[in-house]
Amino acid sequence: MKICFFHLMPYRFLPDDFERTYRSVWVDVPHHLHDADKTRGLYQEFLDELEFAEAQGFDGLCVNEHHNNAYGLMPSPNLMAAALTRRTSKAALVVLGNSLAAYNPPLRVAEEFAMLDLLSGGRLVAGFPVGTSMDMNFAYGINPATLRDRYYEAHDLVIQAWTRPDVFAFNGKYTQVRYANIWPQPLQKPHPPVWIPGGGSVETWEWTAKLDYVYCYLSYFGYKRGRATMDGFWEAIARVGADDNPFRAGFLQLVCVSETDAQAERDYFPHVHYFYQKCLNVWEGFAEAPGYRTVKTVQSGTRAQVGAAARKARQSLDWGQYVDQGYVIAGSPATVRQQLTECIRSLRVGHLMVLLQIGSMPKELAFKNTELFAREVMPHIRDEWSGYKDRWWPSGAA
Amino acid sequence: MPDARTIELRGGAVAFKVLAAGGGAPLVYFHSYYERSAWSPFLDHLARSFSVLAPSHPGVAGSTGVETLEDLLDLTLAYDELLTALGVERAHLVGHSFGGMAAAELAAVFPSRARSLTLVSPLGLWRDDAQPADILILPADELAAVLWRDPASPVAVEWGVGMGGDPDDIAAQVESLQRRSSMAKFAWPIPDKGLHRRLHRIAAPTLLVWGDADRANPVVYAEEWQRRIKGAALRLLPGGHMVLHEAPEAAARAVAELAGS
Repeated sequence: MKICFFHLMPYRFLPDDFERTYRSVWVDVPHHLHDADKTRGLYQEFLDELEFAEAQGFDGLCVNEHHNNAYGLMPSPNLMAAALTRRTSKAALVVLGNSLAAYNPPLRVAEEFAMLDLLSGGRLVAGFPVGTSMDMNFAYGINPATLRDRYYEAHDLVIQAWTRPDVFAFNGKYTQVRYANIWPQPLQKPHPPVWIPGGGSVETWEWTAKLDYVYCYLSYFGYKRGRATMDGFWEAIARVGADDNPFRAGFLQLVCVSETDAQAERDYFPHVHYFYQKCLNVWEGFAEAPGYRTVKTVQSGTRAQVGAAARKARQSLDWGQYVDQGYVIAGSPATVRQQLTECIRSLRVGHLMVLLQIGSMPKELAFKNTELFAREVMPHIRDEWSGYKDRWWPSGAA
Repeated sequence: MPDARTIELRGGAVAFKVLAAGGGAPLVYFHSYYERSAWSPFLDHLARSFSVLAPSHPGVAGSTGVETLEDLLDLTLAYDELLTALGVERAHLVGHSFGGMAAAELAAVFPSRARSLTLVSPLGLWRDDAQPADILILPADELAAVLWRDPASPVAVEWGVGMGGDPDDIAAQVESLQRRSSMAKFAWPIPDKGLHRRLHRIAAPTLLVWGDADRANPVVYAEEWQRRIKGAALRLLPGGHMVLHEAPEAAARAVAELAGS
């Protein structure tokens, strides 16, 4: 079992009336709400929290890419990963990831990931998300009709840039390069392990399964609702005839650990509520550009994580509902251990990612959550899936 | 009722469903991507004076090719190929909203195709100080208020998509998504694909028709079009962005006057 500490880097200072006064935390969130002096401090906090997680024994540190948004102050996860290469030495640096279609040329990703792999001594996991519609279609203006096609082509170019022995010409539909030849090349051979974060689209399951990559479901709705998506992935794996090694899968779960179940509510409820009510407050019109998902996926019934339907589902949730419905696994160490084990087994997930800094949670509380998790929970789930080999773990990580 | 036929192009990579009715000089109509039905009272009026041909854009109402067409230029080439396949050398071209943009592209890239050109609140130009509404993404209730002068009028209510969960509503929602997804292929994220650099090539007599209460594509754009197409006239009619369906008879009369002039 590999356990990773995931950080979204949320802006912690949105006004109390944010979700009533402003329609969206993403795309057109007004930047008069942003205080640069506060964010200067937040970045140091966030990096402290990631470094603390390594010291506490987490196997990996996860960062990711989002744009135009107050819920994740990380348009470039590569910068954060670069900062971490110098202050950490054992943990995998899981960059989940670079939205390939947004880079022109996508060789930039091959180069920066190669640099990160070298800087970290082979600890990089290369994540390639298609990217959310808010990020790709709205913030970056990429046509939803061709986003996926661009993504696939960019992926092919990056992998070729890492693996072909000689200079090559790449005559793509979206990128033409006469002399593809990146310097430096990555440390890991043939290339860093590839993880694909997805939101439940049918196309991504099948593609990931065929290419033998790790599929990561970054869900905010918890393991109970994540079941259908992960089942869909495992069915795709079966269709391509691959084995059912749990390390093919990653899953993100929000977790809050405290001394007792009651204390967990006192400690964490305001921050969890901030996350669900403010950080996921996305205007319906931005939730999905027309054509972002294929009709096939829309008809498969997978719902978007944000937008009108999602808002309705999480409106006026109280602590009991967040916990009962599995959005958050929270409580005493015993409660968390029991539910997390259920999560890991029911989803068949070998790479567990936990979100321990949630919403408006300040550093001291994030440290408490991290420390309790590492001390009271981690040792009890470590041995899950011990009979399987993790073929998708970076060779330079401990 | 109009006749329907399907014209395949490029070995089947693109197919246009074309509705046809009436008699007289050929008139090709390019719809807005927002109609629920490929035929309308406006076309009935036109069919009294013209041989009306109404192809549906790719992705809706039986037309295909969104995946294989590259972009707006490729769509324009496909429409040129369609006219050839229909045996139409020159025609009166009429287009509404996105269809106005398509008709203007066709008349700019192939000036000899157009005998006259009527553009009804065409998209295709951009002004930072008067941005068109983002109609591709507006939720259904907000969209109706932007498209129609009076969203409570019978024609607007009939057009509306139910947001409920019964099978008719769901089918209509999927259809709406397909329309907007298809249009996005050619118009995302801003419906300015360089038309302003080509409009000087248009040689046909040109009429702009605008709803006086157009909230989707403000009437200031009429000036922009008039500035770029020599001699283009403007007719304001009572209506919103869907003026063709709010004032179909007056709009059809304006087309006929231009064609007869």
